[in-house]
Amino acid sequence: MNKKIDVVLNINGRDHAVSVEPRKTLVDAIRDDCGLTGTHIGCEHGICGACTVIVDGEPVRSCLMFAVQAAGKSVRTVEGLAEGDDLHPMQRAFIENHGLQCGFCTPGFLMLAVGVLEREPNISDQDLVDVLSSNLCRCTGYQNIIKAVRAAAHDMRKP
Amino acid sequence: MTSVGKFIGRSVRRLEDPPLLTGQGRFAADFSFPGQLHMRVIRSAVAHGRLVRVKTDEALKLAGVHAVWIAADVAHISPIGFRLTGLTALEPYRQYILARDRVRYVGEPVAAVFASDPYTAEDAADLVEVETEIEPAVLDPTESPSAFDETHSTEPIILAKGYGDVDAAFAKAEHVIALELSIGRHSGVPIETRGAIGVYEEQRDVLKMYGAAKVPHWNRDRIAAMLGRKPGTVQLLEGHVGGGFGVRGEIYPEDLLVCAAALKFRRPIKWIEDRREHMIATNHSRQQVHKIRAAIDGAGRILAIDNEFFHDNGAYMRTHAATVPDLAAAMLPGPYRVPAYRARGHIRLTNKTPCGTYRAPGRFESTFARERLLDAIASRIGVDRVEIRRRNLIAKSAMPYALDLETLGTHVVYDSGDYAGLLDKALKATKWCELQDQLRARRARGETVGAGLALFVEKSGLGPFDQVRIEALPSGEIEVVTGTASVGQGVETVIAQICAETLGVDYARVRVIHGQTDRIERGMGAFASRVTVMCGEATRLASVKLRDKTLRHAATLMQTQAVDLDIVDGTIVRTGGSSGPSMTLGKLAKALPDGLSAEDTFESAHMVYPYGVHVAVVGVDRETGAVSIERYLVAYDIGRAVNPMLVEGQIVGGFAQGLGGALMEEFRYSETGEPLSVTFADYLMPTAREVPAVDVLITEDAPSPLNALGLKGAGEGGTNAVGAALASAIDDAIGISGAVTELPVTPARLRALIGTASVRKGD
Repeated sequence: MNKKIDVVLNINGRDHAVSVEPRKTLVDAIRDDCGLTGTHIGCEHGICGACTVIVDGEPVRSCLMFAVQAAGKSVRTVEGLAEGDDLHPMQRAFIENHGLQCGFCTPGFLMLAVGVLEREPNISDQDLVDVLSSNLCRCTGYQNIIKAVRAAAHDMRKP
Repeated sequence: MTSVGKFIGRSVRRLEDPPLLTGQGRFAADFSFPGQLHMRVIRSAVAHGRLVRVKTDEALKLAGVHAVWIAADVAHISPIGFRLTGLTALEPYRQYILARDRVRYVGEPVAAVFASDPYTAEDAADLVEVETEIEPAVLDPTESPSAFDETHSTEPIILAKGYGDVDAAFAKAEHVIALELSIGRHSGVPIETRGAIGVYEEQRDVLKMYGAAKVPHWNRDRIAAMLGRKPGTVQLLEGHVGGGFGVRGEIYPEDLLVCAAALKFRRPIKWIEDRREHMIATNHSRQQVHKIRAAIDGAGRILAIDNEFFHDNGAYMRTHAATVPDLAAAMLPGPYRVPAYRARGHIRLTNKTPCGTYRAPGRFESTFARERLLDAIASRIGVDRVEIRRRNLIAKSAMPYALDLETLGTHVVYDSGDYAGLLDKALKATKWCELQDQLRARRARGETVGAGLALFVEKSGLGPFDQVRIEALPSGEIEVVTGTASVGQGVETVIAQICAETLGVDYARVRVIHGQTDRIERGMGAFASRVTVMCGEATRLASVKLRDKTLRHAATLMQTQAVDLDIVDGTIVRTGGSSGPSMTLGKLAKALPDGLSAEDTFESAHMVYPYGVHVAVVGVDRETGAVSIERYLVAYDIGRAVNPMLVEGQIVGGFAQGLGGALMEEFRYSETGEPLSVTFADYLMPTAREVPAVDVLITEDAPSPLNALGLKGAGEGGTNAVGAALASAIDDAIGISGAVTELPVTPARLRALIGTASVRKGD
């Protein structure tokens, strides 16, 4: 149980060689072993989605995955969204539409929305709300998050 | 809208956003220190019992475990005291940081493990054995009081408030309406759980606690006193805060545990709450039963209200002491003329998680009770729900209106308001009359749809003071040091806007410091929708001082008169066409040996009272009992909106929480006091699917006369009347006046109501 295993986690294009117990969750490894604390923990039972990251192109709950399961996969976190000082359209849209207040759930929403829109750029408004209903926010009442994601979807479709 | 300034009144973008969007936030769990130990709390698994023994030897054998504490290890630490409304009669009900001889709720801290990493700490916690002699649990706050301990009852006190001759009013009343109403147990439940990290710096003899929120200065003083230290040797440091809503930032047992352990072990101690812990350990709120009666005349005018209510405070009296029932009693009359009033609030202890405040504390509850009463009066008299409210509203000409009641150490005096005016605007915005026709036609076609409304008065801007120090730095940046706190609501932006407008700089160059007890000697923190009002006015006052000082100094250096100078966009310029060089604030600050700063304090003995109207249109699914909200309007007068975008954000977010409490969220317990709502799978919070688009009408018709900008707080009006308005709309949809008497209106409860009605109608 407690014997540590060496794995390499590729996060935002960079390899992190870590030694983790098999039971260690991916989110704990990202935060504690790789030092990327932008991914947050809200419930550890897969419902709130604060810990959402993109693994091999799919938004996943990193509290429901073990770190060892991410070996050999490509993980993207909120720290990898902006390119230098250039914010991702999704980040810009959250500012412009007041899509965040306390900001704790925000990285999870950003990664969920980016992950979905990269796969389905022309997702319908209804389906988008369905997708966004898989994460919890306690501050905004969601309307501005929905507006922000719709605005970003529009921007992301631009060539 | 009233005058829009260069910054005040404008929906400028938030200064807080960039770090939060790029993963650079610093929330409690993001702080780590070399050599830190992780704390795991062992909690009672039974609702009530005598603590026989806590066995720690197996846990201590585990590799990586540093220590295990039980009550004896913290015997020198007094129980946690009261911050607000602390009545002497409540003191025997305070909570010790680790249970001594009894446990009184599932989740009560009994022991604490300190280990090298969080996984080991959890393993060790599983090895601690808590032996308890189980006793029956008290769960119903309305049953006869029983024994809390050998000498105290589960009813410490009955709060009494009121004025006028209630009995005489009932004796001459044309009608008497009596209702029994209950509000469910729910709470703030922020997405970030609590966290606390205690760090002791031996060289300087300074104890620091990270993870502070809401009221850092108060907590610094209390923690220092409880640990026998001078306040100056304790520092509380606020990082980013993942939502407060009333529950976060009060002193909890875990805060004292990490501080005491950091002192004892001379190592940093980190504690991060998990979600299950949060659901059973962090303050619950709201649960009350109201037995309310109104004496009315033949036209439905209120002659008196008599309200007896039962407040379920859970197992202990925490920092808020009697705050929630006190506010419920004081705010119940709301926007109506109530010539005689009597409230008796039974504070009851039960074997559930202890309670505190949650956004619109006491008002979500009392607005539900009062507005249900108004609907019942309308029904009895046979007039519509709007008309009955008009007949009873306090007139604009009666302002300021003293209620002859006190709460939170202040007299309740409505400072300004035009309640009927706002009602008209809300009805117009929703086209209320046409809406009624449309709904009637749809109901005739078999649809189960209806509309409801509710009115309320909020309170905000609790004093007694806020102090602000502003410094123009040589870099050209303006630093505003406050004693307030941020729980994610946009404090930095709003305070920067007020400073920028007054001083004459760009708001983006204003840096607002909050939640750091080492930066300013005193502060009141962030609660009771007080920050924009109290800290905002203190900021304005200090900005005026700094501006005067700047112009005075600049006049000497620039060889002119201060009256011929102005500050525009951070530069001191000559006005009136006189020529000569200008000078930046930064340059002036650099030139002055003592720098360029000013400080001021705003004091206020009275709160300011925003007011609002909620209108709801709902559809009910008769098969499932589900409620869908077709339309929702919140009209709210806050005197002056510094940043309308943020005000709207507060209202819509507050509405979503009100919706949760009205339809979905409930901390349920088994018959033996076992909590049944311990995950997000069984405590249901609204998602993007359940929260509709909300129409927000912000008005500025009644600026507060109690501060220069006319400000009132915006934080709680979105939440206040949601239970009341939805109840009224559901009644209308199912065609039974007064059907909803209990919140939340879950699908099961609504199906039962519809079922009863069908039986009554014989179909």
